[in-house]
Amino acid sequence: MGNHRPSEVRICDTTGLPVCLTAQLFIRLNAVAAVLALLHGAIAAILIALTRWPAVHLLDAVYYYRFVTVHGINMLIFWILFMEIAILYFACTVLLNSRLASRAWAWVAFLLMAAGAILNNVIIYSGKGDVMMTSYVPLRADPLFYLGLILFAVGALIGCIIFFATLYIAKRDQTYTGSVPLVTFGAIAAAIIAVSTILHGAMALIPTMLWSMGWIANIDPGWYRITWWGLGHPSQQVNVAAMVAVWYLLATLTTGAKPLNEGVCRTAFVLYILFINLAAAHHLLVDPGVSAGWKIWNTSYAMYLAVLASMLHGFTVPASVEVAMREKGYRSGLFSWLTNAPWQNPGFSAMFLSLVIFGFVGGITGVTLGTQQINIIAHNTLRIPGHFHATVVGGTTLAFMGLAFYVVPLIFQREYAFRGLVRRIPYLFAAGILLVSFGMTFAGSYGVPRRHWDIDFSGANLSAGFAAGAHLSLGVLGIGALLAFAGLLLFILVTVHAVFLGESNMGRAMQSWGEVVPNVAVGGREPIPALAHAHHTPGTMALVMVLLVTFMVYYFANWKALSDVWQVR
Amino acid sequence: MSIQSPAAGWLKAPTGNERLWIGLALVWCLVMSAMMPYWHFRGKQNSTGESYSVRPADFLQRVERFVQTNKVGEEKGVPIVEGTPGGDIYLLAQMWRFYPIIKMKKGQTYRLHLSSPDLEHGFSLQPINMNFQVLPGYDHVLTITPTMSGDFPVICNEFCGIGHHQMTGKLIVVD
Repeated sequence: MGNHRPSEVRICDTTGLPVCLTAQLFIRLNAVAAVLALLHGAIAAILIALTRWPAVHLLDAVYYYRFVTVHGINMLIFWILFMEIAILYFACTVLLNSRLASRAWAWVAFLLMAAGAILNNVIIYSGKGDVMMTSYVPLRADPLFYLGLILFAVGALIGCIIFFATLYIAKRDQTYTGSVPLVTFGAIAAAIIAVSTILHGAMALIPTMLWSMGWIANIDPGWYRITWWGLGHPSQQVNVAAMVAVWYLLATLTTGAKPLNEGVCRTAFVLYILFINLAAAHHLLVDPGVSAGWKIWNTSYAMYLAVLASMLHGFTVPASVEVAMREKGYRSGLFSWLTNAPWQNPGFSAMFLSLVIFGFVGGITGVTLGTQQINIIAHNTLRIPGHFHATVVGGTTLAFMGLAFYVVPLIFQREYAFRGLVRRIPYLFAAGILLVSFGMTFAGSYGVPRRHWDIDFSGANLSAGFAAGAHLSLGVLGIGALLAFAGLLLFILVTVHAVFLGESNMGRAMQSWGEVVPNVAVGGREPIPALAHAHHTPGTMALVMVLLVTFMVYYFANWKALSDVWQVR
Repeated sequence: MSIQSPAAGWLKAPTGNERLWIGLALVWCLVMSAMMPYWHFRGKQNSTGESYSVRPADFLQRVERFVQTNKVGEEKGVPIVEGTPGGDIYLLAQMWRFYPIIKMKKGQTYRLHLSSPDLEHGFSLQPINMNFQVLPGYDHVLTITPTMSGDFPVICNEFCGIGHHQMTGKLIVVD
């Protein structure tokens, strides 16, 4: 039994799930704010990508660095966190048949986040916050720069508290029986990591704001780095947990997939909670002030259990799709379940492309770059953004894009138009972001630094520069950025069109993106026979073995590259 | 369904391919974990983070003394300073230059001290592509042995203000 007041709930015409109208309002508000931040960050992205393309070199140095700051903060903090608050509200109300705990506090959370985001952006544009997203002390921004981030973080923290309060009242009112659904469990993992992240952010940014005001004389740069990265890296793990929850959600919505083993999936989420915070150490692997023992311990012991978690999800999501497709009769060979998957459904294609890009590109590069010694040949080069554009953009943003193709019809109750175009957007965006990631990674392998306006060093006293291959790689980055930007802009245009001008679907089910039709060839006119062994997933096993071999080759190739550089201790 | 509560008794041991994959992934994670301590003892490239607290004025003084004692030439107004094999050499990372140019011998080992009097900087040795962080207040010591000869530009790869992309330096290694 739900705990809604009758006037504050509707029954979804597509899924039959009860939708709390207060939660719906705030899912909409946060989703709109998220897309605005995404658009803003994307405009900054294309400007800086076209500046790093040496043949174009669009912006002057001042605006280049300013837009790098704008891009980092709007994409990694504002877009992602607004969207995650929307996902949290969805997971604790609709899926648990509960009302949202507090409408008033949800307003407070939203307004604080919006005010903080606006304040921070205003300060950056006024030229008083050219400090990059990391704002490493003693680089100094205006106190209002930090205040904007702190207000935003407090708002997000209140959002997390509303989420936990809703879990509590749902449990108290017995709105569901047994354990929470897997997607909600993933959201809980994301919210727990988010709270830890936000507290680290407060620890780093509140003293820094006081220092910027002149109330504190000195902030130790080493202390700032370790504390700030307690915000900076685990906050990306919030994305990962939310993204994985979205993978499970989209796999269910598009193919009817069920997790093979709920215990495995949930254990993997718990591993994220327990072991990801120490991934902050990745950013300090070539720092002074922390010892080799500290670096190795915090990299391997803790990190690789979080890596294990991602490798488990990377198996269970496609395996659940494989089982669902085999149950529908697609059983021949290793991959007929995959070739017959609903690739024309943008929710499915976005989910699967996100999974592949996150695993094969983002995951493998991330673990390798985060290996203590290998970091010597990667730290602060473009290899680092090459890694995280494959995780956060090719992974999280693409998964959230796929989610939007269901959020708009189900929560905004409006249909997408231009459906032929919409089906192609995930492919265009994925192709673009892959080129971006490859261009960055190869340029970084030549040593090209990240956050750098001019790799020809014109005007420098002592000359420096890079080989032609580095320039070529930056050209690939530029072309990829144009494709990804085109995909993202199309996505935003069709989504804004759908939200404001799309056909209403109130009172009926959403227009399907394309169901998986059971393969009648298997059973003739008879019902399709049940699978002999529900956990037999040879196709997924083949895919993950390809992943493992790729991983090993890349990992050991990097050790070889490291062994060729000067000796150092 | 991942959007509905699972049926009671969902906590079961994994079976089949899933169980196999968990085993393989765990073994791979353990291999990766073992590689780092192995390389720490047997490998030749490590970042041990050896460092000492230093006041900017003191570090500037040490750099200046190093330059005065060991200067062998000058390029574009920057002194070229030859280090003593086995000894201490000093490189100042400062908005927006690396000072001085240091001359070293291939195959000899030096204790390279890195620090900054102002902002954070990145020591990035090209085209070899070796990267270390430079923090104000920290004397970061790299015990370093060049294994090839030639001129090697040093660039900054930590954002340090508007002159960041003009911040360069040089190491010269002779046979």
